[in-house]
Amino acid sequence: MALPPPAPVSGRPRGRASLRLIRSLARNRKAVVGLAILAVFVLLALLAPALYPEDPSRIGSGGATPPSPEHWLGTTAKGQDVMALTLWGARSSLFVGVLAGVLATIVGVVVGLTCAYFGKAVDEVLSLLTNVFLLLPGLPLLVILAAFMPPGLGTVIIVLVITGWAGSARVLRSQSLSIRGKDYIAAALVTGERPLRIMLREILPNMASIVMTTLLGSVIGAIGAQAGLEFLGLGDANTISWGTNLFWASTDGALMLGQWWIFIPSGLAIALVAYALAMCNYAVDEITNPRLRKPRRAASATAPTAVQAAEPQGAHQ
Amino acid sequence: MGFILRRLGFYLIAFWASITLNFMLPRLMPGDPVTRMLSRSQQRLDPQQIESLQRLLGVEGGPWWQEYFGYLGRVLTGDFGVSISRFPTPVSDVIAAQLPWTLLLGGVSLVIAVIIGNLLGILAAWRRGGILDSVTPPLLVFIGSFPYFWLAMGALYVFGVTLGWSPLRHAFSVGMTPSWDLAFIADVASHVLLPALSIVLVSIGGWMLGMRNTMITTNAEDYILMAEAKGLRPRRIMFNYAARNALLPSVTNIGMSLGFIVGGALLTEVVFAYPGVGYQLLAAVQGLDYPLMQGLFLTITAAVLLANLLVDLVYVRLDPRVRVS
Repeated sequence: MALPPPAPVSGRPRGRASLRLIRSLARNRKAVVGLAILAVFVLLALLAPALYPEDPSRIGSGGATPPSPEHWLGTTAKGQDVMALTLWGARSSLFVGVLAGVLATIVGVVVGLTCAYFGKAVDEVLSLLTNVFLLLPGLPLLVILAAFMPPGLGTVIIVLVITGWAGSARVLRSQSLSIRGKDYIAAALVTGERPLRIMLREILPNMASIVMTTLLGSVIGAIGAQAGLEFLGLGDANTISWGTNLFWASTDGALMLGQWWIFIPSGLAIALVAYALAMCNYAVDEITNPRLRKPRRAASATAPTAVQAAEPQGAHQ
Repeated sequence: MGFILRRLGFYLIAFWASITLNFMLPRLMPGDPVTRMLSRSQQRLDPQQIESLQRLLGVEGGPWWQEYFGYLGRVLTGDFGVSISRFPTPVSDVIAAQLPWTLLLGGVSLVIAVIIGNLLGILAAWRRGGILDSVTPPLLVFIGSFPYFWLAMGALYVFGVTLGWSPLRHAFSVGMTPSWDLAFIADVASHVLLPALSIVLVSIGGWMLGMRNTMITTNAEDYILMAEAKGLRPRRIMFNYAARNALLPSVTNIGMSLGFIVGGALLTEVVFAYPGVGYQLLAAVQGLDYPLMQGLFLTITAAVLLANLLVDLVYVRLDPRVRVS
């Protein structure tokens, strides 16, 4: 399934377009907030071994203690430093989430492009498969798959891809389908371009923003699903991640004993990363769809936005 | 009619696919599934249980297609075998006892989230850039970023452990017997409130933003302008003209999110020890109760498919276009 990276069609216009994208990202508040939070987490994840060189899962003495100058976020019932667990947890959670999200999106792109390009029976079969997977309840399927497969990090990633690809495939299929109908694709067909080239160089670059939003959505989904799976004790119990931290917090009864400092950091970290990714997602949406941008002035109740939103260029999309 | 028949055919295929997936899963793994399960359970099973396991998995011998059709026939007649962790109760009896609780929890939270979320979306889109439009979406997105189960844990900690306002676990108080009298219903309601609320809180943002974005597109339509030109009252334009047409994607989303609600309910049920199918599914996984696991998964799938069919029927009623094409 080795996909060659989509090469730029031609140097200059694309270069200018990507520069414009960066500039509008920098001007978009949501994008700045999202990227800043993500950068902090990635940095902390990378620095974890330097900040806490000891094995964070090593069982210490002293039991659960609330936050103190010595242990900023306190310790768990096993005497482990919560701060160290959270920082080390970021490594596995971000890695698995991004990897599973990227893999699910790649499957989605391949299925979507294949559906759109070949159409007919291929499209029928693949869309049927996509819709079936979309309908199967995700978390129960995740649990069943994890129960049957040998436990480990690889299983977690594979299971996340199996349950996660269909959503992006559906979106990407409908988008590629609409591009497939454009005149320039017909022109490319007539000039005798090979199918792979048309798919990767003609269709794919023109839906880059949709691929981007589905990728971000997939990563959010994968991080959440991984945390859920590990919270249920179905992940890899040997890796430290935010999900396993919450699993141990729950198993050790931190909730019932009122030890809030053990379960708050990991959950908050998941939420912040998911929020940051969602913000990036909305930013991409807003940059590519002008109608969703914030109006300059607040509209009053008596003057509904209908007139204002129907800007000439927006109305004829 | 054609539309409904096509959808019905699709759901049947989807159900068949999930049965086949269930049949294949134990076989895709290397080795004989029954032996592997035995080694995992460390010989805790007695011969009767082993026999029921073999019967359920259809590994009593013969070519694979014979096993497959035997399995298909048993599942379609509702025979999921006998539960191992609750031997000798049939799997279908265990499921029948759990299903109503999940339907209650999932149903209550879905209805509340859909109604409040869509209303907020309509209002936010109507006053673009107003307080509701600028403050609520980021806030709800932030709340929606929290994992379902973590928010449930937080709610349980604050309202259950610290404040003591809410019961800590189960669907009704210990010592009560299920009946239809008022005291029991009130008890059940107090137990379902907190789990439902935690699901509503996480899912409401998605509904609101979806509705808001569709409403913005709908608000730009010519017939809205026309309605304004006619001098109709804003409230009438908002609900009868704009919202009514913007509601269609939301109806489709209800079907889509049902599987999601069942999934979220699984984690919420685990946190609150709520005795629904999700909680039982995890217990089955932990107890290596493969027949119960498969039965529960197929039941959840069937419920989701059935609910989607109902949504389709409603959709046909709402959108005349699908009836024509």
